[in-house]
Amino acid sequence: MKHRLLIISIAATLSFVSISGVFARELVVYSARKEHLIKPIFEVYTKKTGVKIKYLTGKAGALLERLKAEGPNSPADLLITVDAGNLWHAAEEGLLSPVKSDTLQRNIPSHLRDSQNRWFGLSVRARTIVYNTKKVDVSELSTYEALANPRWRDRLLLRTSKKAYNQSLVASLIVEHGEAKTEKIVRSWVGNLAAPPFSNDTKVMEAVAAGLGDIGIVNSYYYGRLMKKKPSLPLTLFWPNQKGTGVHVNVSGGGVAVHAKHRKEAVHLLEWLSTEEPQSVFAGANMEYPANPRVKVDPIVAGWGEFKENPISVAKYGEYQAAAIRLMDRAGYR
Amino acid sequence: MPQSEALHRRNAADFCYFALRNMTQSIDGWRVAVTAVAGLVAVPLLVIISSLLRPTQGIFDHLVEHVLPGILTNTAWLVLGVSLGTLLLGISLGWLTGACDFLGRKTFSWALLLPLAMPTYVLAFIYLGLFDFSGPVQTAFRTHFPHSGFSFPDIRSTAGVIVVMILALYPYVYMFARSAFMTQGKSSMEAARTLGLTPTGTFFRVCLPMARPWIAGGLMLVIMETLADFGAVSIFNFDTFTTAIYKAWFGFFSITAAAQLSSILVFIVFLFIILEQLSRRRMRYTQGGGLGLETSRIKLVGGSNWAAFLFSLSVLLAAFVLPFIQLLSWTVEVFHLEFGSRYFWLVGKTLFLASIAALVICSVAIVLAYAKRRHRDHYTSGLTRMATLGYALPGTILAVGIFIPVARLDRVIVHWLNSYFGYEASTFLQGTLIIMFTAYLVRFIITGFNPIDSATQRITPSIDEASRLMGVKGFSLLRRIHIPMLRNGLLTALILVFVEVMKEMPITLMTRPFGWDTLAVKIFELTSEGEWERSALPALALLLAGLVPVILLMRKSEK
Repeated sequence: MKHRLLIISIAATLSFVSISGVFARELVVYSARKEHLIKPIFEVYTKKTGVKIKYLTGKAGALLERLKAEGPNSPADLLITVDAGNLWHAAEEGLLSPVKSDTLQRNIPSHLRDSQNRWFGLSVRARTIVYNTKKVDVSELSTYEALANPRWRDRLLLRTSKKAYNQSLVASLIVEHGEAKTEKIVRSWVGNLAAPPFSNDTKVMEAVAAGLGDIGIVNSYYYGRLMKKKPSLPLTLFWPNQKGTGVHVNVSGGGVAVHAKHRKEAVHLLEWLSTEEPQSVFAGANMEYPANPRVKVDPIVAGWGEFKENPISVAKYGEYQAAAIRLMDRAGYR
Repeated sequence: MPQSEALHRRNAADFCYFALRNMTQSIDGWRVAVTAVAGLVAVPLLVIISSLLRPTQGIFDHLVEHVLPGILTNTAWLVLGVSLGTLLLGISLGWLTGACDFLGRKTFSWALLLPLAMPTYVLAFIYLGLFDFSGPVQTAFRTHFPHSGFSFPDIRSTAGVIVVMILALYPYVYMFARSAFMTQGKSSMEAARTLGLTPTGTFFRVCLPMARPWIAGGLMLVIMETLADFGAVSIFNFDTFTTAIYKAWFGFFSITAAAQLSSILVFIVFLFIILEQLSRRRMRYTQGGGLGLETSRIKLVGGSNWAAFLFSLSVLLAAFVLPFIQLLSWTVEVFHLEFGSRYFWLVGKTLFLASIAALVICSVAIVLAYAKRRHRDHYTSGLTRMATLGYALPGTILAVGIFIPVARLDRVIVHWLNSYFGYEASTFLQGTLIIMFTAYLVRFIITGFNPIDSATQRITPSIDEASRLMGVKGFSLLRRIHIPMLRNGLLTALILVFVEVMKEMPITLMTRPFGWDTLAVKIFELTSEGEWERSALPALALLLAGLVPVILLMRKSEK
């Protein structure tokens, strides 16, 4: 009994100590971008400025709920998350505050940031078509919409509709074509599936490579990672909709928390992240495209070819996300 | 109508009166403790259920129309399949190792528990990696027999999920069944045999019915774990209640709709609990001593000896050895990439959190079990059940249900401290481990409670009476007589909770303070990026750390 009490009190003390060790210059980041993708860049920043960065990772939705529950007591200064829909929702819920910054205005193109400056895209990922080079002739390929064509029956593979990336893709189709036409497209996609939807992009590509299907839709960096590991896979990316609106892109990005305790430092970090060196590290670490158009793309990524990206404001993905999910549910896209 | 309403009211008033009188007459420490724990569990449940009163802008209706029918069927199949499978494996293996003797029995008896240390989501991604179309097994088959025309059944199917979950969860039934069979005492078995029952007859007519409450306890854990699972089903993209809850929350950003779906889940679990209670209502299980089955074990010879051996071996291979080897080989591939000194911290923190949680939760569980034993009335047993409901909720939802009230409470406390003591900081409870431990307690109290409760049921009232005659009562009765007698149950509880907390992912993710990343958090980070192979390292570390207590448990109970 005594032992138990002792251990419990030690635990309690430890947990208090862990929060009271407050540094003079520090910054608290909540991040849905994973530790191994943000840590290197934060280390560079700390070395440069002496500002220590504490971060907590988690799922975007859970982090937003935590921010909301903590309210004015929240220790978070900066929120970093993937998918524009998540950023849009964070702003809608009043968790992010506008940042007036010429640097950010200059560095981040307007379609990759919030019109009220509550969040800014920091890296760009293209959601594009991947195909098995042994089974598909490139002349067969044209657009996302064309994957609804019966010629792809039993050849198409998709990731689950529960992933935000697919919700954003469908949201952008809704913006372009309206709900009725988009639903028809999605229904036909589902009809063309060679296997039930997969839980992640890597599995989609592995199945395409193994010949379960011929073609899929994935984020470009997953392709980069897989090919780095298994360069012999018969897979290539295709940039669709080049004669029309362009390739669907999404962002990972950040915004300053509305109750930030270190607002100035948070803005400074955000600005710094939009500048050249950190941009190439931030994007390069994950084989993404820098959000700042003046920054050079990682050579491996550049090797996949240039493409025209869809200039639609990524904020729209958030606006139409719920409609997209409903539509996919109706269309039987799991 | 008004008349019957009045009658209702009077009945209700009477009920309240009697309940109150009952309570005031018998207020004592045990009861207060049970009420406190049940209250603690009630808070997140109420937060969640209160969501039913809030509008969701048609999201709930949409889910009911387009999502619910499918997930209800899926969930029903899943629960049914996993229950049957775990019962089949758990009881048969429990019987073989607990009451029979066959080749390798001693080794199997503890080795078959090893899958306890394997999180369901890890087993799921290993199985998918191995047996999916693009996995090594099917690929090898295609290369060697390119024209066979044979196609494997899709592992990403209802049957596939069920198999994986059975392999991950059967140890719960196994361990309870086995200990029931072992402690049934040779007297009952010998009695059955002298009455002319065959070994098979003894099993079905005496031992199995007698082991029922223990098996039911294990099965309840399995069912609740199945209902609350998110990791494994999402890896298979198999839609269940939990995936719909996540869709409502992370897709529609409606925590309200998510909570409403969770309320339905709580209701379903509540039904299961009531069913289980009803099914063993008038049964009282008290057991004379009489461990030491050794002399009366049923010796299996010849074909049945080999059959028992092969059966146990194949379960062990499928549930543990094969996945373990896969983890090892992935780890070897990624070790240089993933390993760093931070892993010592990750392991240390994981172990630390799990041990503290196990101690706290089991202490509370002892109090609950003891109170239930002391007071065999509806109030206490109802509240005890209530206190164990937290296990049914998906971890994240539970975490939110705790986080929201704690954050509110925190604001009040901080305000109060500030005005009276000039306390400066902006948080008091938040950012500490207290929230996390509370959430663990709410979720895992049943894991600690069940084995301890089963054990207390075996302490006959006559032991208490004898002790009282000797002048040992109250707390000292608990300490001097019961705790030593509960040793095995307590140990089981400690280890189960320890392993559960170690594997726990969503609560830890949501409620941990800065710097309290665990191995499970690391696994989440890597798997959610599709980096299955890299997540093998933290998964292996988790497995190895969990093996130590599991083996310890078996060694102890073997004595």
